[in-house]
Amino acid sequence: MTPALAGLAGRLKTILGPGGVITDPVRLRTYECDGLAYHRATPAIVVLPETTEQVAAVVRACDETGTPFVARGSGTGLSGGALPRTDGVLIVTSRMRRIIEIDVAGRRAVVEPGVTNLAITEAARPYGYYYAPDPSSQQICSIGGNVAENSGGAHCLKYGFTVNHVLAIELVAPDGEIVRLDAADPGYDLLGAFIGSEGTLGIATKITVRLSRAPEVVTTLLAAFRDVEAGGRAVSAIIGAGIVPAAIEMMDALAIEAAEAAVRCDYPPGAGAVLIVELDGPSAEVAHQFAQVDRICRDCEAFELRVADDPAERAAIWKGRKSAFAAVGRISPAYLVQDGVVPRTSLPAVLAGIEKLSARYGIRVANVFHAGDGNLHPLVLFDDTEEGAGERAERVSSEILDLCISHGGSITGEHGVGVDKSRYMPKMFTAEDLDTMQLVRCAFDPKGLSNPGKIFPTPRLCGEVPGVRKGVHPLVASGEAEQF
Amino acid sequence: MDPELIKDCVHCGFCLPACPTYTLWGEEMDSPRGRIHLMKQHVEGTPLTPEMAGHFDACLGCMACVTACPSGVKYDVLIESARAEVERVHERPPADRAFRALVFSLFPYPRRLRALRLPLRLAERITPRLRPLLERLDPRLAAMAELAPPVARPIWLPPRIAARGRRRAVVGMLTGCVQAEFFPRVNAATARVLAMEGCDVVIPPGQGCCGALSVHSGRAEEAARFARRTIETFERAGVDTVIVNAAGCGSSTKEYAELLSADPAWAGRAGALRFLDFAEFLAELGPAAERHPLPMTVAYHDACHLAHAQGIRAQPRALLGAVPGLELREVPDAAMCCGSAGTYNLFQPEAARELGDRKAEQVLTVGADLLVSANPGCTMQIASAARRHGEHVQVAHTAEVLDASLRALSPKTLTRPPKPSTPRSDPSLEPAPIPASGPALDPASGPGPGRGDAGTGTVGGERAR
Repeated sequence: MTPALAGLAGRLKTILGPGGVITDPVRLRTYECDGLAYHRATPAIVVLPETTEQVAAVVRACDETGTPFVARGSGTGLSGGALPRTDGVLIVTSRMRRIIEIDVAGRRAVVEPGVTNLAITEAARPYGYYYAPDPSSQQICSIGGNVAENSGGAHCLKYGFTVNHVLAIELVAPDGEIVRLDAADPGYDLLGAFIGSEGTLGIATKITVRLSRAPEVVTTLLAAFRDVEAGGRAVSAIIGAGIVPAAIEMMDALAIEAAEAAVRCDYPPGAGAVLIVELDGPSAEVAHQFAQVDRICRDCEAFELRVADDPAERAAIWKGRKSAFAAVGRISPAYLVQDGVVPRTSLPAVLAGIEKLSARYGIRVANVFHAGDGNLHPLVLFDDTEEGAGERAERVSSEILDLCISHGGSITGEHGVGVDKSRYMPKMFTAEDLDTMQLVRCAFDPKGLSNPGKIFPTPRLCGEVPGVRKGVHPLVASGEAEQF
Repeated sequence: MDPELIKDCVHCGFCLPACPTYTLWGEEMDSPRGRIHLMKQHVEGTPLTPEMAGHFDACLGCMACVTACPSGVKYDVLIESARAEVERVHERPPADRAFRALVFSLFPYPRRLRALRLPLRLAERITPRLRPLLERLDPRLAAMAELAPPVARPIWLPPRIAARGRRRAVVGMLTGCVQAEFFPRVNAATARVLAMEGCDVVIPPGQGCCGALSVHSGRAEEAARFARRTIETFERAGVDTVIVNAAGCGSSTKEYAELLSADPAWAGRAGALRFLDFAEFLAELGPAAERHPLPMTVAYHDACHLAHAQGIRAQPRALLGAVPGLELREVPDAAMCCGSAGTYNLFQPEAARELGDRKAEQVLTVGADLLVSANPGCTMQIASAARRHGEHVQVAHTAEVLDASLRALSPKTLTRPPKPSTPRSDPSLEPAPIPASGPALDPASGPGPGRGDAGTGTVGGERAR
């Protein structure tokens, strides 16, 4: 550790006490990656604050010493958004997990960032409410991380993403100032800008979320098809009929195989694809829509249909889907999770394209996706002990994104850009677009200390004129700044 | 620490919310995912540092992460090998070493535990006054004194108890060390229930420790020694099914074949014996004896080594739920460990205490008359946590509840246990006529639980008194 960082560590210990600062190298290494273990960097210092004031004091110390910092919640992100800096501080919110208020009358909850997504729903359940966005990792992913990545989940087809459910945020800006953003504030939608900013605009320390009324009825249908194509047709037909299910999820044969191996979800044998369709709302509406969905699935040659009306049966159907990512660990030593979006109508073409890529590189791809909104999660499977397999998998994964872009889609649906996809940003945006985004970032974080190196491929120093870089930046020359 | 098993972890983090120490401290290295990362560092060449050892020691071994893991990581195998590695290479401070030596030279030996009876009886009176001193000396000694259960009246178990009514099975019974010495009523109840359900119960005298404490603490050699002895004991007794009523012993006996895998002959002998949990066996056997009403509310606590390590959750609930008049209630956050965890509450008293407090709080919200669990360690831990907060939790083993129902006892016998008295044998546990094999015994003939009328349940020590 450099003397400057050692000095900072001492200062942080006075803020947090010795138990709140980690500098032991063996311990530090356990924080080297988040849910995307492909990218690793051991942080110089890890801190575990318990209050907003502590976060602010830590950030101020970083600001004053020019030390980059990265926020991390539960470390389950899938784009390397919480990848630490070897020369910086990792601010972990796992000890900030108090549910401050459940305001039933106001239909809102106030929570600290380390609270898990599911914990909010559990706290609201006795009152007949829940928190709608439900990433598959909901039992562990933190609400702070959800805000950073604007997380979605299976049910965002009907209910929207995190941004649609956050009402206010207290945050620590990159200079250490405590700021409150509220959806009700007039003027620019700064709350909207902050949600999904992947930790580059500051650290959320208190989050007010909307609680949704639990629906009167929830019906979940599992339909088995011979192939993905037939399942895809059913999806288009359901949406085309004007039905907005709470969720439509699809899994292909390989993903089903993994889920069976992991959790014995007992999906219909011989299925080339399964579709999970969940309908919720008033019972009359659900009954009507269910009849329609049932007919559509049969028309699209579903060979087995199962219906779950109670929570236990529903959980059994969802079990396979929710565990699918981690479950591929059962059928492959290593894998990459991809996250792309395509227009729903392009699903069959893109899936065919993925199959071709898989055959060309000899790399298996399991598909799990939020079919309703065209959000694909191809799982690229490889054996990391096999020479060159990692590179080939990486190539397949990258070409899948090219495929998405070429069909008018996007490089990420809900996992964020993080460090993993920053290099794809120039494929989606022009240099001018990226420069404009930098201006937003610089308005919050002029020194570029808050989660640097994420989202943008080649971040510029704030204050620098957008355009081609010429020569050495004066701040770099004077040693006041570092160019990354 | 097998690198292949380490590789199964895909770093998804699904284990984190299940882990008691992560729940307490919110630190990566005190989560299963973090501990596996530490193991990975070690197999990749990082020496085992005291910090690393500390994080392995801090693991309760509750195996809730094994239940939570979608990738099927064998954390149970990994942590046991990590503990063995710690024992092999890590030099503990002298005070630690002395305390561990004390525990491991005491608990697995029923006779030594028995020798403690008198000092413990004396200590019962003075512990409250001694506590501040012990706390200053070493908080672990204070924890040990606090957890010491009230000295129980020993109950002599005959080597063989005849089935009552038509014999449906012949089973062996593991008496355990702590169970046998401190909770003899649980063993007596287990034997009675098995007999009343139509089993000849073979209880070989001179049973030692099954090795659970050792294997769960990285002392594989010692554990293997205990395992071989236990196998021999039951082979000699001529049974192939052995009933275990303590969750920790149940999980370790089921893993004998793996523990002894280095020696194929022994692994084969281990594989030939079928160790089954009490509730698991009874659920499989199906009920025969009449259940009498027990009008009371019961909260069931999942012992980790039963629920997570053996996957036994439904069976005890089904057994209890089938008792007429008994209302079974669930404890919130049931999958979370109570902090007892074998020797954990001795070695890591602070964490154990905090987890115990949390669990007691959850149990008290249920408001049941009785807390039932298949592990005396758990119920002792929860009762003692409740006591610290001035509350009272009455505890019992699943076997004791069934015993009360089968013998038509009043719920009061469970909620108001008799005071310790002078040693004597339980009249309901008279030895079976030898040889006990042969045709099914006539329900009304012979001594032991076979005597009396099945319909009215007039058999039994407590009721007879």
